[in-house]
Amino acid sequence: MRDLRTEEMTLNMGPQHPSTHGVLRLKLRTDGEVVTSVEPVLGYLHRCFEKHAENLEYPGVIPFVDRCDYLASMNNDHGYALAVEQFLDIEVPERVEYIRVIFAELQRIASHLVAFGTFGLDVGAFTPFLYAFREREMILDLFEMTCGARLLYNYIWVGGLSHDIPPGFVEKTYRFLEHFEPKIKEYNDLLTNNKIFIERTADVGMLPRDVAISYGVTGPQLRASGVDWDLRRDEPYSIYDRFDWKVAVGVDAYGELGDCWNRYYVKILEMQESAKIVRQALDNLPVEGDVHAAIPKKIRPPEGANYFRSENPRGELGFYIVSDGGTTPFRVKMRSPALSNLGVIDEIASDWLVADVVAILGSLDIVLGEIDR
Amino acid sequence: MTRADIYTRLADQFGDSIVEFNDESLQRYIRIEPSGWYAIATFLKEDPDFAFDSLMCIAGVDRGPKEDQMEVVYALFSMTHRHKITIKISGPRADFHVPSVESVWRLADWHERETYDMFGIVFDGHRRLKRLLLPEDWEGFPLRKDYQVQDYYHGIRVPKIKPKKLTP
Repeated sequence: MRDLRTEEMTLNMGPQHPSTHGVLRLKLRTDGEVVTSVEPVLGYLHRCFEKHAENLEYPGVIPFVDRCDYLASMNNDHGYALAVEQFLDIEVPERVEYIRVIFAELQRIASHLVAFGTFGLDVGAFTPFLYAFREREMILDLFEMTCGARLLYNYIWVGGLSHDIPPGFVEKTYRFLEHFEPKIKEYNDLLTNNKIFIERTADVGMLPRDVAISYGVTGPQLRASGVDWDLRRDEPYSIYDRFDWKVAVGVDAYGELGDCWNRYYVKILEMQESAKIVRQALDNLPVEGDVHAAIPKKIRPPEGANYFRSENPRGELGFYIVSDGGTTPFRVKMRSPALSNLGVIDEIASDWLVADVVAILGSLDIVLGEIDR
Repeated sequence: MTRADIYTRLADQFGDSIVEFNDESLQRYIRIEPSGWYAIATFLKEDPDFAFDSLMCIAGVDRGPKEDQMEVVYALFSMTHRHKITIKISGPRADFHVPSVESVWRLADWHERETYDMFGIVFDGHRRLKRLLLPEDWEGFPLRKDYQVQDYYHGIRVPKIKPKKLTP
């Protein structure tokens, strides 16, 4: 088929397209059904978060951070709060650390559930989406009973939390885990090992290991290529070094390492691991304790700059913060994981069919709010 | 390797291009001349003792009209040796050119475009240096400290937000 040359055609995918997961435009150059190059056009959701951040006090940036990656707000809050705390050199109480980890990992499960459901939708499986949202709803209920919000929480603050967990939260979370852990098998039966799904995703859009590292692809997408690397284990922040869990890496069950199926499957494995972490954190959660560290009313980090990175559901979320000693940041740069992951699409989606581009894009699990900022 | 070791070896090799090694700040960094950057970048990536295969982040910083300086900050990491280094390059605000390292680390492709988009820093040798997030016909570079929003864009009024402070 590839010997027959036809005239090249430019095809616009998006900005309004169900499989672009937001407002993203892909300029595809196609030769018949085969895609020869992919050029993403970004910026439809650009709000210049970094300029806003320069005009707000340090704690005031958190609601903006929430809105960057709206599927993983807790992880964003966590990353930003830790970045500022490292700068200030303060330690937060034990109890705060545990609650933060519980929320960050619940959020990771919720985010991966959306990725799992929408990836199914992308390749034509509608039902898994409903299953994913059934469980995600329970996590959102837990968040709602804690801080009143279901999507944008503003819960993890610099030096602590906005408030303590409500009575009954721990029992309800245990009940959720009890319900959730057996569901993973259901997802695998429904989608992971489904013949049609495997045909669509295995051995499609391979991302070799060194290409992934050079493009700065991180998170589950990097691990799917066989790189055993997770910031939670390899550069432990918060209290991740206290838990017993495994880093999920791609397996060559149906296709090569680094294909779409692996990028999907690593997320399923990670949900399992996150559930393990939540369970251990709940077991060891200190009963008593304040949820605010003793920090000054006005936060003034010393003059200087610091780059801090943490593991977001989509990869390495970095904050490069420059301080001039004042109460507002001089510069905040957010190293967005989804932006770097999307950068690789031209490399891996060229020479595949148009339908495969949809699968490849879906497997990269992008959130446009964070790419455009 | 510790950051001091990295500095010593770099200073041996590229003495002329290295301006400063700051070992005191929270995040230690090496400041270099723009002209030597491409050679240093290639060396940092290729040399087996360094093996900086991962570029974590590129950040532009505008020091404001008073200081009349702009900076590009590169955070590098080695997956093999698990060591880190921060490289800083500074230059004048009006006309700041930095060699592009897009061919060394592919991540730099979009991150350099973003830095150009927001600060107007020109990366020489970049194959497609154009705006990444803003429309191509947008005026000015938003993250400069003295940035003024244009009044109209294609006949649409651009909303203005009053900043509390613009220059430090």
